[in-house]
Amino acid sequence: MTELVSRPDLREFTRPGRGAGLIDVFRRRYLLTLLVRKEVQVRYRGSALGWLWSYVKPVTQFLVFFLALGVFLRLNGSIENYPIYLFSGLITINLFSEAFSNATKSLVDNAALIKKIYLPRELFPVASTLVAFVNFLPQALVLLVVCLFVGWRPTVFDILAILLGMAIIVCFAIGLGMLFGSVNVSFRDAQNFVELIILVATWVSPVLYQWTMVRDILPDWMLVLYQLNPMTAAVELFHAGFWHPTTEGAVDLPPNLAYYGLAAFGLAALTLLIGQFVFRKLEPRFAQDL
Amino acid sequence: MPKTSDPVLTDRASIIVRGVGKRFLLRHTHSLKETFIAAIRRKKIASTFEALDGVDFVINEGESVALLGFNGSGKSTLLKLISGVYRPDRGEVLTRGRVAGLIEVGAGFHPDLSGRENIYLNAAILGMTQKEIDERFDEIVAFSEIEQFIDTEVKHYSSGMFLRLAFSVAIHTEVDILLVDEILSVGDEPFQRKCVAKIRELSAAGKTLVVVSHDLNMVADLCERGILITKGKVVFDGESHEAVAAMRAQ
Repeated sequence: MTELVSRPDLREFTRPGRGAGLIDVFRRRYLLTLLVRKEVQVRYRGSALGWLWSYVKPVTQFLVFFLALGVFLRLNGSIENYPIYLFSGLITINLFSEAFSNATKSLVDNAALIKKIYLPRELFPVASTLVAFVNFLPQALVLLVVCLFVGWRPTVFDILAILLGMAIIVCFAIGLGMLFGSVNVSFRDAQNFVELIILVATWVSPVLYQWTMVRDILPDWMLVLYQLNPMTAAVELFHAGFWHPTTEGAVDLPPNLAYYGLAAFGLAALTLLIGQFVFRKLEPRFAQDL
Repeated sequence: MPKTSDPVLTDRASIIVRGVGKRFLLRHTHSLKETFIAAIRRKKIASTFEALDGVDFVINEGESVALLGFNGSGKSTLLKLISGVYRPDRGEVLTRGRVAGLIEVGAGFHPDLSGRENIYLNAAILGMTQKEIDERFDEIVAFSEIEQFIDTEVKHYSSGMFLRLAFSVAIHTEVDILLVDEILSVGDEPFQRKCVAKIRELSAAGKTLVVVSHDLNMVADLCERGILITKGKVVFDGESHEAVAAMRAQ
């Protein structure tokens, strides 16, 4: 080996390619905003309707479900203000689906960049999730306007419930996105698996039906499991914030929703940690496997 | 062949490469079915390829170094290890200061964005802050010579314009170590000359340069030191013209 003459201070040196994970994303937030802005700008480029699509899609989705479930299956009669109930649940699950699915594909989509320049790679799933969040805003606006129209007068707790719901979804989606996204680099099976999860997620949360229907059939311990699903909590928090204040209060929200909400947030944060851990384990292979 | 000079660590070290090895796994099967069939037939499922093996050198601050070698020698892999795109399997790579690579310029460009938007996006990708980009924006545009088209979408650019803009962004990033991979084939001859002059200017300003190029005469003149790599090993490390002569003698 080599003799080292007058060792320099190695503390000034860094090992290229080793970042601080999500903390680096925060440090490079200017780049993050540019990446998000790019995606948002490019999204509807070349289409005549442009951003109208952000309204057209969820409204169509809503009409289909409302017709099938609200009218034909008569949920409109049994659940008060069913349109608001349905729409607030749908936009919640849409946010999650889009964020999770985009984040999973984000590394493969940015392969050209990852193979040539070193960046904190966590930027990609985080940026994809934020893009999904930006697309969620027009839908939330539609809901807000409708709610105000039918006499929505939210309390501070209603607003807090909505914010907690959004925080749960964003955290959960980034965590799952990092987990499945990093596996997706080597095994594209991951993105197909994620599509399955999203399909199931719409139905295992009380988006189209009410939690009381689940309570009446499932044993207690299974109901607890059902409610521990972070997406169930997020959907119910949205119901609590948007839908419940517009009703007469004849139907109760699930008991202990605040606790389930906080538990869901804890689970989402745990998912984020696990996602980050797996991401870092697999990261050294990204550039060569893509 | 002359013996490779021993790497000596000094206070001015900028890049330290110690005992670096990099191995690539070549998978011969691409699905479970193929893996299963290959296993039954006792065929190889994967093989490894030693891209770099025991590479040692130290580059000092302000030095300009050419990495030489034929295709597949491992020089680009080495550059990617220094930039952090790859991580070494053995040994370690250490760098001091900000590193930016002119590695295949234009990787971060989006065709649907204008030249202006792409400048900001790419400069940020290369590690610049908003303030630094604002300050250098005019300089970047002037260097690329596409002032007229700066607000046009990049997909309408000619390939020469595209490369000039990408190169201009990369060369104006605030760095201590600049990695240059085969970019000097950018644009027409006057622009190439301008690029080489700019690189010389950076080198004179005390930046550390690591250059990979197949234009041997040009790199020999541009760099003072040459490291010749053959089959993943350093076989010559010394004055750049001698390194080029050693390479041609192979």
